[in-house]
Amino acid sequence: MADVSRLNVNGSIRTIETDEEVSLLSVLRDQLDLTGTKYGCGEGACGACTVLVDGQWRRSCITPVGSVGEKKITTIEGLAEGEHLHPLQQAFLDEAAMQCAYCTSGMIMTAAALLKKKPNPSEAEIVEFMEGNVCRCGTYPRIVAAIAKGAKALRDSGMAAKESGR
Amino acid sequence: MSGMVKSAYALEPERYELTAPPAYRFEVDRRGFVKFLGAGILVVCVFKDTTVAQESGGRSRGEALPREIGAWMHLGEDGRVTVFTGKVEVGQNIRTSLTQAVAEELRVTTTQIEMIMGDTKLTPFDMGTFGSRTTPTMNLQLRKVAAAAREVLIGLAAAQWNVDREHLVADAGKITDAATKRSIAYAALAKGRQLSETVAIDNSLVPAAQWTVAGQSLPRVDGRDFVTGKHRYPSDQKLPDMQHGKILRPAAFDASLASLDTKEAERIPSVSVVRDGSFVGVVAPTVETASRALAAIKAEWKSEPQPPNRELFEYLKKTPAEGDEPVEAVFDSGSSPQALAAADHHSQQTYTVSYIAHVPLEPRAAVAQWSGDELTVWTGTQRPFGVRGELSEAFRIPEDKVRVLMPDMGSGYGGKHTGETAIEAARLARAAKRPVKLVWTREEEFTWAYFRPAGVMEVSGGVQKDGTLTAWEFHNYNSGTAGIRTFYEIPNQSIRFHPARSPLRQGSYRALAATANHFARESFMDELAHSIGMDPLEFRLKNLKNERLRAVFEAAAQKFGWGRAKSATGQGFGMGGGYEKLGNVATCAEVAVDRKSGKAKVVRVVTAFECGAIVNPDNLRNQIAGSNIMGLGGALFEAIEFENGRILNGRLSKYRVPRFSDVPVLETVLLDRKDIPSAGAGECPIVGLAPAIGNAIFDATGVRLRSLPMVPAGLKIS
Repeated sequence: MADVSRLNVNGSIRTIETDEEVSLLSVLRDQLDLTGTKYGCGEGACGACTVLVDGQWRRSCITPVGSVGEKKITTIEGLAEGEHLHPLQQAFLDEAAMQCAYCTSGMIMTAAALLKKKPNPSEAEIVEFMEGNVCRCGTYPRIVAAIAKGAKALRDSGMAAKESGR
Repeated sequence: MSGMVKSAYALEPERYELTAPPAYRFEVDRRGFVKFLGAGILVVCVFKDTTVAQESGGRSRGEALPREIGAWMHLGEDGRVTVFTGKVEVGQNIRTSLTQAVAEELRVTTTQIEMIMGDTKLTPFDMGTFGSRTTPTMNLQLRKVAAAAREVLIGLAAAQWNVDREHLVADAGKITDAATKRSIAYAALAKGRQLSETVAIDNSLVPAAQWTVAGQSLPRVDGRDFVTGKHRYPSDQKLPDMQHGKILRPAAFDASLASLDTKEAERIPSVSVVRDGSFVGVVAPTVETASRALAAIKAEWKSEPQPPNRELFEYLKKTPAEGDEPVEAVFDSGSSPQALAAADHHSQQTYTVSYIAHVPLEPRAAVAQWSGDELTVWTGTQRPFGVRGELSEAFRIPEDKVRVLMPDMGSGYGGKHTGETAIEAARLARAAKRPVKLVWTREEEFTWAYFRPAGVMEVSGGVQKDGTLTAWEFHNYNSGTAGIRTFYEIPNQSIRFHPARSPLRQGSYRALAATANHFARESFMDELAHSIGMDPLEFRLKNLKNERLRAVFEAAAQKFGWGRAKSATGQGFGMGGGYEKLGNVATCAEVAVDRKSGKAKVVRVVTAFECGAIVNPDNLRNQIAGSNIMGLGGALFEAIEFENGRILNGRLSKYRVPRFSDVPVLETVLLDRKDIPSAGAGECPIVGLAPAIGNAIFDATGVRLRSLPMVPAGLKIS
C-alpha cells in the first residue's frame, strides 16, 4: 500500500497521511475537517459526496484518494470567493431549494460541474445531469429552478467564461 | 444491552409515537442557567393545559418541577433574544417558523433571535418532534412566551418612566410612550438586570389576520450555513482525541451468536474490541482501521427460518401480535352486516402496503463522550429526551448525568425516534475511555433502523343507486390505526384493527398508517363510484358533510380541471384526499401509461391543502411538494425485500427512491383559514397521493392496482 501525503484542495496544498485506497471522502472529512461533503450511500448512488476534480464531478465516496494525484479538488467550502457566494449557492438560497439540506452540497457541486460543460442548460438537461443526486426531502423542482437561476447569474456575471477557461 | 433487540419488536405503529415519558425528570438548575445566559430578563412559560403538557411539559410521574414548563426565553442586555425549545430541526424548517412567531410577538427582527433546540441540558423537556405537532403547540407556546416578555418589558418601562403602561407601545425592539414620543430599547431595559419572570400562558396574541412577520415567506434563518457546507450535522461532529467505532451486526434478525473469534482484529495496532453480552464492537483511530478490524472478526450466527416478503400478507393476517388483544374495535355504529345485505350494491376488496424505508440521507450518527460518570452524546434524533431516557436505562445512570444534543440533522421522516446509535457509541466510548463517533453505513441504516409497517386492508361497502353510502366495514392488519376512520357520512360502520407480529422491525413513518388507510379507503371509494356509474368527485361530495374537506376537494378539482375529457391515449385522471393531523388535503393526479412498455408516469399533481392559518406559505409549499415526491416512491416503486431475516435490497443502488426524472408538475392550492389555529403540514399532504395515482391508472387502463407499491417493475396489463 502506497501512502499519499499531499492533496490539492480548494486552492491550497494540504498535507495528509493516508493509504492510497482510502476514499477521498474520508480524507476530506476526517483528516481535513471539510465536513461539507457528505456520506450518503458509499456506492456513488446518491451524490451527497460530490466534489469537483479538475472541474469534473466525482463521487468522492468511491474515489480512492490515490487516484487523484495533484489534480485540483474543489469542495463546497471552496466554491464561494471569500464572502461572495457562488451564483449557484445564492440561487439555492433564493429559491429555498432545500429542506434538511444534507444533499445540498452534492447538488451544488454536481450543478457546478454541469454549468462548466453547459452554461445554459435546458430543464431537461438539468434533470438528466442531476439524476444521480438524491434529495429525499423531495425539493427537486426547487433545485431545478435554482440551477437554472444560478446558470443565468453565472452567465450574466461573466464568470462562466472565466471558469471554463480555468 | 441484550434488551435492545428484544425491545425492537415492541415498537408499534401508533402507540409507538406516544412513547411514555421517562419515569424521572430532574429540575433544571435555574440559577446556574441564568448564570450561563448572563444578565437580562428570563421569561419562563408555564401552562396548565394538560393536552399540551403531555407533549412538552411531560406528564407528572416522579415529577420534580412544580408546574409544567413549555419553553423559555432570555432577553440579554445586548438585545439578543435566546429562545429555548425541546423541538428539533430535521428539515421541516421550524427553526425559521418558530423564529418568526417570536419576532411577531416580541416585535423584534428575526436576526436578533437565536433558537436553542433539542439540548436536554438547556431546553425544557419535550416528548419529541413528530406528529405534526410543532406548529399547533410549540409555535403557540413560543408566541405566548414572547407576548409575555413583551408585557414584562412594557411594565419595566412604565415603572422607569412612572407612567401608566396603557400609554406604552412595543415595536421594533423598543418601548415607546405614545404621548411623549420618548422610547427605550429592550436592551437598555434588560441592562444590569437579573430578572426571572414566570408567566402563565394566557396572554393576548396577535390575531392571525394582523400578523406581519408570521404568515410571510421568511427565508431560512441560517440558510447560508447550508449552502457553504459550514453547518455541522450530527455526523459532522468532532471532538479532540475522538476515535471511530464499528458494530458487529448479526447475520439476520433475531440471530444469536454461535461463535466469536476476535483475535485477529485485536492484533491490529491501536484497535480495541468491545464485547458486552450480545454487543460486539470495535474502536480505532480511523474509520478505515475500524472497518478493517470489523472485517477481521470471525462470527457465526444461528437463526430460525423467517417469512419472506412474498408470503408477507398471509403471514400478517394469520399471525396476531403476542400479548395484544387480537382485534381492536376502533369504531362501530348501526349494523354493517345488515346494511351491506340491504344495499343496492355492495362489494369487498383487499389492499396491501409493503414495508418501506425512510432512507434519511444522513444515516444515524452519534458522538459520545464520558466525563467520569457523566455522558454527553451528540446525535440525530427526533426525540432527544427519549434518547436521554434510553441512555439512562442502558447505562443505569440517572438522567441528570446524561446530556443529549441534537444538531439540526439530515432528516428523519419519523425514522429517527430511537437511540440505538447513541447507545452503541456511548458503550464504545466507555470502553475506549475516549470520545467515540459512530456513523451507520447506508446498509446498516436500511437493515437495523426500522420500517414503515406493512399492512393488509380489507374493505366492504354498501351503496344505494343514488350514491348514498349505507354500510362500511374496514379491517386493517398490522399497519396501524392512524386515519382508519372514514370521514364520509355512513350510518352503519364497523372498523377494526388487527395487530400482527411483524417479521421486520417497524415503527413510525411520516403520516403513520394514514397513508395505507387512505389508500385503501380512497381507492375503494373510486371503485364504488364506478360500480354505480357516478363521477368519483360527485360521489365523494354526496357523502361528505365536513366543510373543510369539501373545500379542499372542490379546490383541487377546480384547479385540476376535473371532468374534462382525455386528450391522449394512456392518459388518466384520479383523485384522493382526507384528513390527518389537523390538516385537510385533496390530491388530483394525471398519469400517462405507455401500454407497450408498461411504464406509468405521473405527469401532474394538484394538491389543495388547508391547515388553518398559514405561518409561512413558501415553506408550506415546500413541505407539500416534499410529501408528494416522497409519497411517489411508496406509491409507485419502493418496497423492502427480505427473506429469512435478511434485507435483500438494503442499498441505494437496489432500493429505488424518487429522483429528478420522477417528478411530475406539482401545483398547489393553499386555503388560508385565519380563523382556525395553525396546524402542521409535514405529514397530511402525503395521504392523498397514492389513491389519486391508483385511481388515475385505473382511469387510463381499466386496471385496478390494490397494492403499494403499484408499479415496482412497470405496469403489467393483463
